[in-house]
Amino acid sequence: MHPYIRGCALALLVATPAAAGGVTSFTLANGLDVVVIEDHRAPVVVQTVWYRAGSADETPGHSGVAHFLEHLMFKGTDTMASGELSRVVEENGGSNNAFTSSDYTAYYERIAADRLELVMKMEADRMRGLTLSKDDWKTEREVIIEERNQRTDSDPAAIFSEQLRAAQYLNHPYGTPTIGWRHEMEALTREDALAWYRTYYAPNDAVLVVAGDVAPDAVKALAEKYYGPLEPTPGIGPRVRRQEPPQLAERRLRFSDPRVSQPYVTRSYLAPERDPGDQEKAAALTILAEILGGSGQTSVLAKALQFDSHVAVYSAASYDGLSYDDTTFNLSVVPAAGVRLSEAETAMDAAIDGFLKDGVDADQLARVKTQIRAAMIYARDNVQNYAQMYGEGLMTGLSLKDIEAWPGILDSVTADQVMAAAREVFDRRHAVTGWLERQGEEEPLP
Amino acid sequence: MIRVLVLALSALWASGAAALDIREVTSPGGIHAWLVEEHQIPFTALELRFKGGTSLDRPGKRGAVELMTGLLEEGAGEMDAQNFAAAREALAARFGFDSDSDGLSISARMLTENRDQAAALLKQALVAPRFDADAIDRVKGQIYAIIQSRTTDPGYIAAGDFDAMAYGGHPYGTPDIGSRESVGALTRDDLLAAKAATMARDRLYVAAVGDINADELGTLLDTLLDELPATGAPMPADVAPTIAPGVTVHDFASPQSLVLFGQVGIKRDDPDFFAAYVLDHIVGGQGFASRLMDELREKRGLTYGVSTWLATRDHSEVWQGAFNSANEKVAEAISVVKEQWARIAGGDLSEAELVAAKTYLTGSYPLRFDGNETIAGILVGMQSQGYPISYVTERNAHIEAVTLADLRRVAGRLMVPGGLRFIVVGQPAGVASDK
Repeated sequence: MHPYIRGCALALLVATPAAAGGVTSFTLANGLDVVVIEDHRAPVVVQTVWYRAGSADETPGHSGVAHFLEHLMFKGTDTMASGELSRVVEENGGSNNAFTSSDYTAYYERIAADRLELVMKMEADRMRGLTLSKDDWKTEREVIIEERNQRTDSDPAAIFSEQLRAAQYLNHPYGTPTIGWRHEMEALTREDALAWYRTYYAPNDAVLVVAGDVAPDAVKALAEKYYGPLEPTPGIGPRVRRQEPPQLAERRLRFSDPRVSQPYVTRSYLAPERDPGDQEKAAALTILAEILGGSGQTSVLAKALQFDSHVAVYSAASYDGLSYDDTTFNLSVVPAAGVRLSEAETAMDAAIDGFLKDGVDADQLARVKTQIRAAMIYARDNVQNYAQMYGEGLMTGLSLKDIEAWPGILDSVTADQVMAAAREVFDRRHAVTGWLERQGEEEPLP
Repeated sequence: MIRVLVLALSALWASGAAALDIREVTSPGGIHAWLVEEHQIPFTALELRFKGGTSLDRPGKRGAVELMTGLLEEGAGEMDAQNFAAAREALAARFGFDSDSDGLSISARMLTENRDQAAALLKQALVAPRFDADAIDRVKGQIYAIIQSRTTDPGYIAAGDFDAMAYGGHPYGTPDIGSRESVGALTRDDLLAAKAATMARDRLYVAAVGDINADELGTLLDTLLDELPATGAPMPADVAPTIAPGVTVHDFASPQSLVLFGQVGIKRDDPDFFAAYVLDHIVGGQGFASRLMDELREKRGLTYGVSTWLATRDHSEVWQGAFNSANEKVAEAISVVKEQWARIAGGDLSEAELVAAKTYLTGSYPLRFDGNETIAGILVGMQSQGYPISYVTERNAHIEAVTLADLRRVAGRLMVPGGLRFIVVGQPAGVASDK
């Protein structure tokens, strides 16, 4: 858990623009934090407004309301008709959308750089001025249920992943899906959405990220003009979620569905996330995931399961440290034809045990680091993704300083740190193991 | 002596500060490429596309080109698969190998600091892939898993049904990944034949964007490509799609159905292509403002999203669309699509819709060109479809020239009221296949 107070992530930054490698930041008097990322290669700008409110901040029983409101944010204000924002953006050649996660909700417009003022005006307008007609919200509730049908209920892997996550978190709201549980989504109301809106949508609970062919001074002038007059919400408290108790018992889940054609085994371990001023362990886990599963040819799992033996057709390890509270470290194996899930899981565990015994291959660690350094160069080719990296970092409790320190911290990770992180994270008491199977072809228990 | 021909300069946007300076470069060895120099980030994006792709599979060898493409990075020259990967990782180069029904694409990103070594490594994959027996078995296993997964993927099921109906025995009529049986029977000789058929210089298009100048690119291309064969297999024949109107229900147990619909489309060199392109945008193009998005999602909540697209390929053309709806809503959604299709065919289009579509399409076009990798992909696509460099500056004028009369005429010519075939994968209530 972070001891940090909401809205103070940028507290160390000065109020006037200060360039830091093409990245400038400042805070408006009403508390809105602003980050400007310059990229003058193309006459394009991306504006993103991030709110420190995601599904993990929802009240129990109202799952899906963060995402429901995200949809309703396109339904108009006193000065904009329903759908007008998207229509105006598209008529100007731009694109726009929004996304909700467990830690944040964000809205973006991508448009010609000389139209930044237009989208700032509209985005600022709906930060405080949303109106919802009597009927719009009901149709939109149908739309989000169709979205759940499409993304989750039509896909057995997505259904299973929802169940696994619910089992991973005994108490923390990360166990509840961002889209919402269907029965709770069906009961969401206009009042639920508006209460959420009034609580969290305020300049002192948001970060504005503007990236592209723009000058920081010009962004500052526009931000002051449009976002500056918005009233902050007083008394937005610290971001406190229910935390995990000690996890003492390993969990195992099996799910079978007639739509499964390719069974697999997956395991997630509860793992620490990147914390402000304390990212070393997360950096070691990031490198560990690359070493175990970052390459289809040279990583530990691929070598053991796809080359030295032919147990698997695919294997992976993954870890994403951008999370406000505890995250997970994940392993998965898709067995080769004729290989049982129990055999695949045994082989996966043997590969991990072998790694814990043999340690890190020095050449492989060097290659992983070379690729991470290069990734920072390649990342600059896509300013929208670059902006996303900053926005997500700030939404998960990091400061700009933490975000900028990250590549250096990754580069300084030692083999010993990787092994220490591996020994700590691979604790089966904190783990959920899942078997996804085709209905009627389940493996009999021994 | 390096001889570089610069045939065209500076495609400038009508508005906006940045210029896109696309140059046509011919290497000393005679390879043509389009180049945009962009020295702000120390890497180069190189995009190669060989026209033809998986449609050049020989009869009975379906899946050969796809399998061969997947094996290009699985061992080359003196290196087995693991050594090749380790060498690429040590250089932090990124290579992508991909094939589709009209081409085989290779995308490379190479750091300036070790570009020559990265190119030398890529060359091994292009001219000396090993196709080792263990690598073939391993990649076949991955392909079987993908084929297996697609048997329960509604999107692939629908596309498979549609293509089989529209194209029959033409390569477009079957999945390019092949079947379990056809892939299982492929031999190393089949892969060598697939490579010889597809990866030849007579069908190659090249674009580079990034931290490289014309001389350096010319040298790199000659080194990289000079050992490729001069010619490959003849291109597949054109095919007219066969699309009977009606509904096909493909039973699939799921709470929601996927609906793919389509009719005959339009060729890229048709004088009405731009009008059709604008028309498609109005009917079901990108964004939230299209007619179908408004009718299905905004007004009725029948779907999370619906879109249409002109699927114009090198050898055939259809006009398609798709949406997902809960099984109990499918019947209504289909009838709304049919009704809109008929109304628009009858001329129900407004000046306001035309103006909105034009401002979107002309305004969004320059926004596509951001990022070295993205631009390289666009430039190679333009070349393989026969467009000149000047198209970048002329394209918006073609859109601007479309009038409401053009739109109505083209809607009347192209859109067949009652002419759509709907493929429904799911268990839709009150919807049945016509016999």
